[in-house]
Amino acid sequence: MAEVLVVTSGKGGVGKTTSTAALGVALAQNGQKVCVVDFDVGLRNLDLVMGAERRVVYDLINVANGDVRLQQALIRDKRIENLSLLAASQTRDKDALSEEGVRRCIGELREKFDWVICDSPAGIERGATMAMRYADLAVVVTNPEVSSVRDSDRIIGLLDSKTAKAERGERMEKFLLLTRYDTGRAGRGEMLSIDDVLEILSIPLLGIIPESEEVLRASNLGSPITMSNAKSAPARAYNDAARRLRGETVPMTIPNGRHPLFNKLFGRRAA
Amino acid sequence: MKLFQLFGRRSAPQARERLQILLTHERGATGQSGLIAMLREDILGVIAKHVEVAPERVEVRLERGDEVAILEINVEIPDVVARAAMARQRGGRAA
Repeated sequence: MAEVLVVTSGKGGVGKTTSTAALGVALAQNGQKVCVVDFDVGLRNLDLVMGAERRVVYDLINVANGDVRLQQALIRDKRIENLSLLAASQTRDKDALSEEGVRRCIGELREKFDWVICDSPAGIERGATMAMRYADLAVVVTNPEVSSVRDSDRIIGLLDSKTAKAERGERMEKFLLLTRYDTGRAGRGEMLSIDDVLEILSIPLLGIIPESEEVLRASNLGSPITMSNAKSAPARAYNDAARRLRGETVPMTIPNGRHPLFNKLFGRRAA
Repeated sequence: MKLFQLFGRRSAPQARERLQILLTHERGATGQSGLIAMLREDILGVIAKHVEVAPERVEVRLERGDEVAILEINVEIPDVVARAAMARQRGGRAA
């Protein structure tokens, strides 16, 4: 049974696309059939981060509008066989996404893949609401910074009210992915701590991704961090997060690895 | 403010406090669901029938938990109104 996961945040620049790519690769490396879908119509970037920018022919809008078959628009990753990309359109705008088209497209993706990961655009407009619309669970990417936490809170509200699952009266599962975390600065009281953010947003923690130069290097290369440098601290954190998504219990480590914060921070199975 | 300055660069406690205050209000105002907005409206209506109360003094919050959610309703009424009401109640009993 496929899982449709939306990676969302409200605020831009917090690491949604980086996280979508890194989690997609991590799940695929574990043998799962994965498709990452870019919902940022007009400002696509997932293709670039995945290193497939020169291979995009058809996109999500073409499939949603029924212009082409899903199979024609899917881009198979050249490095990992069971990983595919569905790019966003660069020439259209977000209003071109029809709800019915998105529903049909997600339905078809569910039949082909174990995981469909929807990379949401920033904001709370149509692109973002369409990305979350048919999701089964959500990863809320948040930086330990006031504007990001505030926007995440807003997005959590939308996940609980504007998704098909919420409208059916079901509970939308939401997980926090704290990115660009600096243990040292948090320790010195210069940055919101993990506990601060968890207490304010009150959703379970999926992972803590440390601030790292390796993340920029990975996007420069068009090779997600879990592929290009699997031993780096952020890659290990993404790999652990991917295992938690699959229901494994993995001890939560604060990125420099000194203090294991055991799984009381992540009490439940995802999905 | 001065206390934080003593700690030099410890700005995270302020960030946390500002967020907690802000989000309490925003969760009420934007209405995490239509439910809260409707409840707030109705509660305000019922109270206004008996006591004069400023709309911004009625706070309805929904705290999300893992298993249950807690609905918290806070109504601030002017002290004079409360005193008068209590006085009437005592008067009523005496008669």
